[in-house]
Amino acid sequence: MTLWLLVTIIFGLVRLTGDPVAMKAEAGADAAYVARLKQDWGLDQPLPWQYLGFIGNLLRGDFGHSFEKSLPVRDIYFERLPNSLKLGFAAFIISIVLGVPLGMLSALKVNSWWDSTGKVVALFGLSMPGFFVGLVLIIVFGIHLGWLPVLGKGRSAFVGSDPSTWVTFWFRDWSHLVMPAFALGWYFSGAMLRITRSGMLDVLGSDYIKLVRLKGVPERMVVAKHALKNSMIPVLTFAGLNLLIMVNVAVVIEVIFNWPGVGQLLYDGLSNRDFPMVQGVVLMSGLMIVVLNFTIDVLYGYVDPRIRLSR
Amino acid sequence: MATVLERAPSLGGLSHVARRSYRIVADVPAIPLLILGTLTFVAVFAPVIAPHRKLTPVKPTPAQCQARFSMTDCPYVDNVPPFWMSGGRLDTPLGTDFLGRDVLSRLMYGARISLVVALTGTLFAGAIGTLLGVLAGYMGKWWDQIIMRITDAWLTLPSLVFAILLSSVRGPGVWNVVLILALVFWSRYSRAVRGEVLALRERDFVKLAEINGISTRTIVFRHLLPNVMNTVMVLFSLQLGVAVIIEASLSFLGVGVPPPEPSWGLMMAQERESLMDGKWWLAVFPGIGISMLVLSANMLGDWLRVRLDPQLRNR
Repeated sequence: MTLWLLVTIIFGLVRLTGDPVAMKAEAGADAAYVARLKQDWGLDQPLPWQYLGFIGNLLRGDFGHSFEKSLPVRDIYFERLPNSLKLGFAAFIISIVLGVPLGMLSALKVNSWWDSTGKVVALFGLSMPGFFVGLVLIIVFGIHLGWLPVLGKGRSAFVGSDPSTWVTFWFRDWSHLVMPAFALGWYFSGAMLRITRSGMLDVLGSDYIKLVRLKGVPERMVVAKHALKNSMIPVLTFAGLNLLIMVNVAVVIEVIFNWPGVGQLLYDGLSNRDFPMVQGVVLMSGLMIVVLNFTIDVLYGYVDPRIRLSR
Repeated sequence: MATVLERAPSLGGLSHVARRSYRIVADVPAIPLLILGTLTFVAVFAPVIAPHRKLTPVKPTPAQCQARFSMTDCPYVDNVPPFWMSGGRLDTPLGTDFLGRDVLSRLMYGARISLVVALTGTLFAGAIGTLLGVLAGYMGKWWDQIIMRITDAWLTLPSLVFAILLSSVRGPGVWNVVLILALVFWSRYSRAVRGEVLALRERDFVKLAEINGISTRTIVFRHLLPNVMNTVMVLFSLQLGVAVIIEASLSFLGVGVPPPEPSWGLMMAQERESLMDGKWWLAVFPGIGISMLVLSANMLGDWLRVRLDPQLRNR
C-alpha cells in the first residue's frame, strides 16, 4: 500500500513539476527530435496509459533504460550497489563506535562534564554537513599529511561472476575507505548519541531498575546487565534504518571522494540529464526503505512483547 | 536556575515585572541568536557592507599584476590567498576565487541566498504541512485516512534523495529550490501537527466551541492553530538547519542555485579542483558559513523544544 502510494507520488510529481524530455533536449532542439524522444518514452500517450505502463514495468522489475549507457537501469544499479554497501557499513560501524558509548556515558552521568561533551559532539555532528567534513579531511589527511588516498575506492571490486571476490572485496583497500566512511558516519554518530542517551535515561528511570538497585546489585551490573539490554531496542531499530539511509544519501560524499557507488550514479544521472537513471535509483531506495520498515515492524513484535499484546 | 538566584540580590530594587523579564532574557540562548543575528545582518546589508561586487573581479593593483604576470595592467588576479598568508592583501581579506572575485563579498551575498531560500522553503512547507495536519486531525474520517497515508508514503524517501529527484525534472534555479524544499518537508509538519490536534480535539474548550455552534473555520483558525504553534515553531527551527544543508547539497551537485550567483554550496563545488593544489581556503570558508548557520538553527531549535515542552526540561 505504502509502496504503491510512493510510486504514484513519484510518478505524479515528476509529471506535474516538470518535463523530463524538455530537460534532455536543449532549448533550441528540433521538434522532430523532441517528438521522437517523447515516443521512445511513451510520453505521447494519455496520462492514464502512461501511468499503467509505468506500474506494469515496475511490477516486472523493469526500471527503464539509461539514456547515456543504453543499459537497463537495474543492471547498472546492482553493479554499483556493493560499493555503496561497503561504504555504508563502514560509516555505520563508525557511527556506532562513536555514538553509542558516548551516549551511554552522558546518560549515566547526567549534567556532568561528560554530558556536556556529549551534547557538544552531537550538536556538531548534526550541524556540520558531511561534505564539509569530507573536504576538511581531504585537506588535512589527504593533501597536507598525505597519509590517505583521496580519490576512488581502490582496485578491489565485487564481481558477481567471480566468487573469490565475494569475500575479499569487503576487506581490501581500507585506506580508501577511512575518510569517506568517517565523513558519512559523522552526522549519524550525533543522532546515534542522542538516541542512546534518551533511551538509556528512560530505562534508568524505570521501576525495575529501581528494584534492581534496591536489591543491592552493584551499579556496574545494573548498567551492564539490566539497563543496557533494554535501552538498545530503540537504538537498534534506528540503526537499521540508518544503514539504509546512509547507503542512499551518500551522494555528495561519493561525489567528493569519487567513490563509485549508487550516489555517484545518481549524480551522473543528474549531470547527464539522464532522467530514467535518476528515477530508477530513487525508486530503488524507496523500495529498500519500505521493505526494511516493514521488516522492522514485524521484528519489533518479537523483541518487545508489549507491542504484540496491543495488536 | 543557579545563575538567576546568584544574581538576584543585585536586582533587588527592580520591580517584579522587570525581574521576570530579566529571567527570560537570561534564559535566552545567546550564542545561536548572536550567530543568526550577525548572519541576518550581513545578508540584509550585503550590498552596503560588502567591500567588492559579487559577480565582477576585483581590480588588482599594478604591483599585483607585476608579481603574477610581469605586466603593469591586468583584468584580474585569481586565487589571491587570505591576508595572513604571503601574497594576501587586506583589501581582499579572504582572498579571491578562480575568477578573481572577492571571497568575503561573495560569502556575504551567499548568506543572503542561503537564508532566503531556506526560510521561504521551510515557511511554505510549514504552512502546507500545518494546514493539512490540522485538517487531518480535526476532520478525521477519510480526510485523515487520505492525508496521513500520503504523508506516510512521502516520509519514506530520504529528503536528499527526494530533493534530487525533483531537481532532475525542475533543473537549477533559486525558486525551484524553494519549491523543492516546500514539497519535500511539508510531510514532517502534518505528521506532528495531526497528533497534537487529535489530543486537542478532545479538550473541553474545543468541545464547548462545537456545542455553541461555532463554525469549523473559526475553530480551526481561532482555537486549534494557536495551540499547535509551539510544535510548529520547534519543528521550523530544526528543519531550517536541514533545509540549509539540502540547499547547499543541491547547489554543490549543480542542480540548486545556478552558477554566477554566490551560493555557499556552489562555491564549495567550484573550488574542489583548486583544493588539490593546496588552496584550501576557497572551500573551507563557505563550509564554515554553512556549519555556523546550521549549528545556530539547531541550537535554537533544541532550546525551543526544551523551553516549550516542560517534560523535557531536565533532559
